[in-house]
Amino acid sequence: MKPEIPWAVYQTKFFSLRLDRRVPWILCFLSLAALILFVLHIGVGEYYIAPFDVLNTILGKDLGDENYRFVVMELRMPRAILAWLVGAALGASGAIVQGLTRNPLASPDLTGVTAGASAAAVVFIVILPNTPQGWLPLVAFAGGMFVAVLLYLFAWRGNASMSGDSPIRLILVGIGLSAALGAFVSFALTFGELWYVQNAIMWLSGSVYASDWADIRSVFPWILICLPLAFLTARDLNVLNLGEDIAHGLGAPLTLKRGFLLLLAVALAGVTVTVAGIISFVGLIAPHLARRLVGSLHEGLIPAAAFVGGLVVLLSDLVGRTFMPPTEIPVGIVVSIVGVPFFLYLLWKREKV
Amino acid sequence: MSVLQAEQLSLSYESVPVIELLDLQTPSGQITALIGPNGCGKSTLLRGLARLLKPQHGSVLLNGLAIHTVPTKQLAKELGILPQSPTAPEGITVRELVAQGRYPHQEWFQQWSVGDEEALQKALTLTHLSSLSDRVVDTLSGGQRQRAWIAMALAQETEILLLDEPTTYLDLAHQLEVLDLLVKLNQEGKTIVMVLHDLNHAAQYANHLVALSAGKIVAQGKPNEVITEAMVRDVFQVESQVISHPITGLPLCLPLRRAFKSQ
Amino acid sequence: MAVQISNMTRTHAPKPILIGALPLCIAALIFAAAVSVAFGAADITLQTVWEAIVSFDKTNANHLIIQTLRFPRVFTAMLVGAALGVTGAIMQGLTRNPLADPGLLGIESGAAFAVVMGIFVFHITSLPVYAVFAFAGATLTALAVYGLGSLGRSGATPFKLTIAGAAFSSLLSSLTTSILMFNQRSLDEARFWLAGSVAGREMRLVLEAAPFFFVGLAAAFLLGRQMTTLSMGEEIARGLGQHVRRIKLACAAVVILLAGSAVALAGPIGFIGLIIPHVVRMFAGVDYRWALPYSALLGAVFLLLSDLAGRMLVRPLEMPVGIMTAAIGGPIFIYLVRWKVKR
Repeated sequence: MKPEIPWAVYQTKFFSLRLDRRVPWILCFLSLAALILFVLHIGVGEYYIAPFDVLNTILGKDLGDENYRFVVMELRMPRAILAWLVGAALGASGAIVQGLTRNPLASPDLTGVTAGASAAAVVFIVILPNTPQGWLPLVAFAGGMFVAVLLYLFAWRGNASMSGDSPIRLILVGIGLSAALGAFVSFALTFGELWYVQNAIMWLSGSVYASDWADIRSVFPWILICLPLAFLTARDLNVLNLGEDIAHGLGAPLTLKRGFLLLLAVALAGVTVTVAGIISFVGLIAPHLARRLVGSLHEGLIPAAAFVGGLVVLLSDLVGRTFMPPTEIPVGIVVSIVGVPFFLYLLWKREKV
Repeated sequence: MSVLQAEQLSLSYESVPVIELLDLQTPSGQITALIGPNGCGKSTLLRGLARLLKPQHGSVLLNGLAIHTVPTKQLAKELGILPQSPTAPEGITVRELVAQGRYPHQEWFQQWSVGDEEALQKALTLTHLSSLSDRVVDTLSGGQRQRAWIAMALAQETEILLLDEPTTYLDLAHQLEVLDLLVKLNQEGKTIVMVLHDLNHAAQYANHLVALSAGKIVAQGKPNEVITEAMVRDVFQVESQVISHPITGLPLCLPLRRAFKSQ
Repeated sequence: MAVQISNMTRTHAPKPILIGALPLCIAALIFAAAVSVAFGAADITLQTVWEAIVSFDKTNANHLIIQTLRFPRVFTAMLVGAALGVTGAIMQGLTRNPLADPGLLGIESGAAFAVVMGIFVFHITSLPVYAVFAFAGATLTALAVYGLGSLGRSGATPFKLTIAGAAFSSLLSSLTTSILMFNQRSLDEARFWLAGSVAGREMRLVLEAAPFFFVGLAAAFLLGRQMTTLSMGEEIARGLGQHVRRIKLACAAVVILLAGSAVALAGPIGFIGLIIPHVVRMFAGVDYRWALPYSALLGAVFLLLSDLAGRMLVRPLEMPVGIMTAAIGGPIFIYLVRWKVKR
């Protein structure tokens, strides 16, 4: 009696695909949850709009109230969409970094991309406040990429023997870089002009406030390209996770693949920094939650982590907006405050088993 | 039949030379065991053969071609390696682990073809793991776990299999389980080269023995030729008596006491 | 002789060197201290320094500078540097994690949060009061982290401690940032302290804090032998008869005392606790009886030199030492990892 295969397999002559069976269901469920939150998010706030009205407005029906259109389409919808996109990118990035470093405590921050982006942004905001604001996202992104390249160079080049625990080196170098850059940020924050510094801190704490369609346009193409690429390289992550020797024995071009994967992770995390500042912890918790739902194979883990991340950020933004109206708590802080206890609870629950 | 050999091979480990100008022929279609004391270089040699180490001098040849010139993925279809004490990612099931072995045969657009599924099933059947395929690897016994890793290497469908101390940390029953499996695989046509720490296992299960000491080959050949009291004394510094196994007729080494090399 | 394939190269220098290097390091410390006192925004010769100690003249401006500004500064740097070096070594041994530093128990973020809260809610303004708040915050956070890390069957495992610490630090720094973001006054008053500095501490404050440091350091050195045993693994330690739980608690207490005092006196200063133990490990090995004193000495020297550099670099302005340690420490760390660390 053949045991039931736990995979969903799709095979044609030229193309085949294999996914854990749970994955399509989980993704559906997560999408549904996201949609519900999405509608709630748009409806809730100082200007309350009932869920059905939200749906109708999106669908283009005229409801008589002009403001509906504006609030929904121009103010809230881009924000909600962006929140989800940012969360998805961070979740996927976190899954990749955890796979690369074989460390469940890793997050995209370890790649130094957040340190690089914040350093660049701080320079921009505090030291050169007269440059046009529109450049900020690009500057932040460039800063993040630059640091990631440095990280790669320091951690992997010159690795003469094929063996060696590079994941550790990656983390250590990341810490060193983050610290050095952190010193720089600290310097700017300590000595810069107060007003600019406050601005910088606000930016640094991660927020999707005042996002508009332009932000989405700048971010969406990146995510559209990177997420599928990440999905396609999932197999490589699986193999890398077995250990360098075995990965090498299975024919994985280690340095190349790792570099590519790092690049993807950095691009995904970096692009979120440009529109939303630093939101930490999503890259850490989303993969963990996803792993609980779909297992460790990256074909399923990466999409699941993305969907979970999107959900988390969307939820956090909703909470941030509605917790203490009219003050809006930046989403980065909410994620931290909510995410931390939840994360601890998850880990401790495991201990009891 | 593929032939794997080393020619004037020099290998270092962290800039300490371990093996210098070594020549080795591993007979194809047979089980070769590398034996020797700790630090003699047997693991290093195996890793060199598997292309996990870059040689300082000389080369490893597969069918006459230097393996360093062969593209990595291509090599992975011909040479499979199982390193010492591999660690499985958390929560991975047997089926998922064995499926990883198909990596060299896959492309980004062909992620799980019919051929992949067949190879997976065959690997599971050969290692008697079909009924355990959905179990998490961490929950298996030592012997079962090792069989799962071997199944992964099997799924690679290579002709040659290199194993580094496949029986370490296993209890006796599981050690024999693994070795019996390797013999069966050999009968199916696989060439096996493995590092073994137990002399007697090597004698009983391998066709061709290679004894190493201080980075040099001291003896090689059939078990009867290699396992001698003199060899054991020289290489392992142990006084022993070598008798003939009452049932198989192969050499059985009975250690007596430690010998000390005369100054 | 069979070739040894072993990646255990000589992990520590032979005993005579270990003993001999100690006075050398102490001498280096004294020298660094002297130089620190002498140089600065107002240059003073070493001769004058000596005179200020031996025959203090109240009317001499230089002597005044030395007594009221330089000495407290140098003492602060020495005490804090030593404390951070030692706590880093202990944390790395306790969590068996080469990436551990005192910040792991949330000490720094706890202190920062407490100080910022103090400024925001209670409108505290003076440095000694900051110190009290910082110490309280550091202690409470560390206790919470250690307590949280000890929940569950297995007690305070390195893994759980690390996670609990990381989570708490993240949470507290988020909260701290929120306050700073919304309240400009708090930002203005807190930000210099938050950068970590050894300047401007009155001699009185330093003398009040000094006993904490001495007690902590003494306790740490006494724990040296126990720590060595513990660092080999809890099960091995237990098998050797050690009261593992008690020793861990003692270590945690020492860390809280020393790191708490350090952050109370000088604000959050990072990186010393992280790199100094690595450097010390390269020549003193894993014997904590040697590693701890050396960590203290090197930590003190490093902080002194960082402060000196901070004063020299942007004369006549001063760079807070907390920034210097990270700016210097970061590249050093990367160098170590890239070219020295084999594993």
